[in-house]
Amino acid sequence: MKIAITAAGPDLSSAVDQRFGRGRYLLVVDLPERTVQAIDNQAGRNAAQGAGIQAAQSVIDSGAAVLISGHCGPKAFRALKAGGIEVYLTSGGRVDEVLSQFEEGKLDLAPAADVDGHW
Amino acid sequence: MKIAIASGKGGTGKTTLSVNLATALAHEESIGLLDCDVEEPNCHLYLKPAFDATEPVGTPVPVVDQDACTGCSLCARACEFHALLALPGPPLLLPELCHACGVCAYVCPEEAISESEREIGMVGSGMVSDIYFRWGRLNIGEARSTPVIQSVKDLSAAPSLDTVIIDAPPGVACPAVEALRGADFAVLVTEPTPFGLHDLVLAVQTARQMSIPCGVVINRVGIGDKRVDEYCAAENVPVLLRIPDDRLIAEACSRGEIFAAGDASFASTLRAFASDLRTRTQERITT
Amino acid sequence: MSGPGYEPRPAASESGGAASEYAPAASEPAPRQLVVLSGKGGTGKTSVVAAFAALATAKVLADCDVDAADLHLVLDPALRHREAFMSGKEARIVPDRCSACGDCADHCRFDAIRLTVDGHGRSVYAVDPIACEGCGFCTRVCTSGAVEMLDAERGEWFISDTRHGPLVHARLNIGGENSGKLVTLVRERAASLARETGAGLILVDGPPGIGCPVIASVTGADLVLAVTEPTVSGAHDLERAAELVQGFGLTLAVCINKADLNPDMAERIREVCAARGLPVVGELSYDTAVVKAQVEGKSIVEHGGSPVADQIRDMWKILKHRLERPKE
Repeated sequence: MKIAITAAGPDLSSAVDQRFGRGRYLLVVDLPERTVQAIDNQAGRNAAQGAGIQAAQSVIDSGAAVLISGHCGPKAFRALKAGGIEVYLTSGGRVDEVLSQFEEGKLDLAPAADVDGHW
Repeated sequence: MKIAIASGKGGTGKTTLSVNLATALAHEESIGLLDCDVEEPNCHLYLKPAFDATEPVGTPVPVVDQDACTGCSLCARACEFHALLALPGPPLLLPELCHACGVCAYVCPEEAISESEREIGMVGSGMVSDIYFRWGRLNIGEARSTPVIQSVKDLSAAPSLDTVIIDAPPGVACPAVEALRGADFAVLVTEPTPFGLHDLVLAVQTARQMSIPCGVVINRVGIGDKRVDEYCAAENVPVLLRIPDDRLIAEACSRGEIFAAGDASFASTLRAFASDLRTRTQERITT
Repeated sequence: MSGPGYEPRPAASESGGAASEYAPAASEPAPRQLVVLSGKGGTGKTSVVAAFAALATAKVLADCDVDAADLHLVLDPALRHREAFMSGKEARIVPDRCSACGDCADHCRFDAIRLTVDGHGRSVYAVDPIACEGCGFCTRVCTSGAVEMLDAERGEWFISDTRHGPLVHARLNIGGENSGKLVTLVRERAASLARETGAGLILVDGPPGIGCPVIASVTGADLVLAVTEPTVSGAHDLERAAELVQGFGLTLAVCINKADLNPDMAERIREVCAARGLPVVGELSYDTAVVKAQVEGKSIVEHGGSPVADQIRDMWKILKHRLERPKE
């Protein structure tokens, strides 16, 4: 399956970036093979508004079924839900470690946005 | 004549001047007062209008005809504000992000997008103390005050007016610019302090960029220093009125009283001030 | 996928992503954030923040009143870093390519395109940058290819050093849409700086009103302080600000400035606070010393002694205590 995860760098050893929408990269990983596609989110960080929406759009467009991030605001959450994507939260770490935690069922499924929206 | 009362800094006395000026002139001419500070309107606290008839203010939002939509997502890709989310089927609209620009409806190849309205605030109007008064309020959490400000400034249903006074919001961002737009003259209210001066400079730049002649009212003279006067002299910005720091005026304001209603001298000063403004707008003096 | 920044790339061969300044280790305690608001402008918010800046230790200052930023005027900042603030796009019509058909102006909903005359006396259309919202309608309808959409510079942000610690501040261009994005940027930079310097507190000078910049300045705050005054305007605007802040589930405390200006109104404010469960953490006397300090470029607590300086010190002790409480 395809997993999207927000990251500070473009590969599996990078740190997870906790903030969906303003993270530096979005990594799309095929599990279990762990092939990686790195999407640069520079445009999202520069977006006038709706950075979370733009990031949600990237996730939807990538075909990922799951998003893993640290925090997800209400608009982004709404967008991801509309796209049928499940959101899992992590407290941080390296991408490869967090992916293992996900595969082992150790991450929490987010039922709702966990932070207030902002720009 | 249309006078906008603005400032860079908040709390300098825009509303105080607006309501007092409108009151001082109300018996001589037909006056309109438009409270355009729709985030924190205050004029009604002084005027205490009896009317409670208000109208909702809406802003256009796109509506996607789910049957006609083919899910091509051209609308979502065209939206610069990320207000439409492209999905396998019809897009999801995030109305708070929508700027009502109309691009989505234009690009849709199926003509599947039409427009509806979404309520973002209210506008109220009526006569109070011989003043034609309009004010508006933006709903908490809304992003764009422009449509509400435009409703407040809409005089299509107003009686014929000699003078219109616009109480603008503080600052020089989009809401202040919207309030100033179309004014014949901008009266910039400041206080003689470093914060007042700094923000006055921004306000003067704004008026000049909008080609609106401006002049300054220094409120609470005596509390600070002379740098505002020096700036105005150096920049050729006329100082039209100096209101002394007067505890009586401050206390009256704190109670929501219109000082000029009870003080003939202050009312007279304001009428002279208005005459000066009229002369300047007629002569089209630019700074 | 279309749009900039969406080009998928193969995984980079360089090893290890650089640690992002935005991805703190989970073990580090996050700095506390105190945001000072007013609702109504001119109540003394910035003067109070300046005083807290002098009293607090180990903090980073953030001036989020980007529309009319004043905090730096009493901090004597030494500029260390400046950067353009880019946000959205703006349209520009290339005069040589314009056929003056007017289709752009007909479709522009923001009244941002007007007929003018170019350098050669030809009639052409031009975009008013203050009114343009960057929607791109004009570029789509133009059949002459005369409209460019450019990344718009909407302001600037700065990092400065002051005698009270680092200050992150910003300036929004005239007529700019104050969406809150610049405010968020200032807060994010302040948060990074706090992590780098080990500062335990971020002190935020918030914007007036209840719009998006205010929302952007308070989300995630540990404590919000509203500085109000005993006037009908002050009471009215405090209610609006309280509705906003409490609506986000944030803790709001209140300071009544110039409390002796109108004892009846001060009592009314206390009643409003009691009704909403808002603690009044300070009542400051009306004192011209505050302006005198400002004129000297200092905060009130750095300007000799005065009753109001002592009142602010007492208020700071209460707030500091609340901020240092362990998070629930």
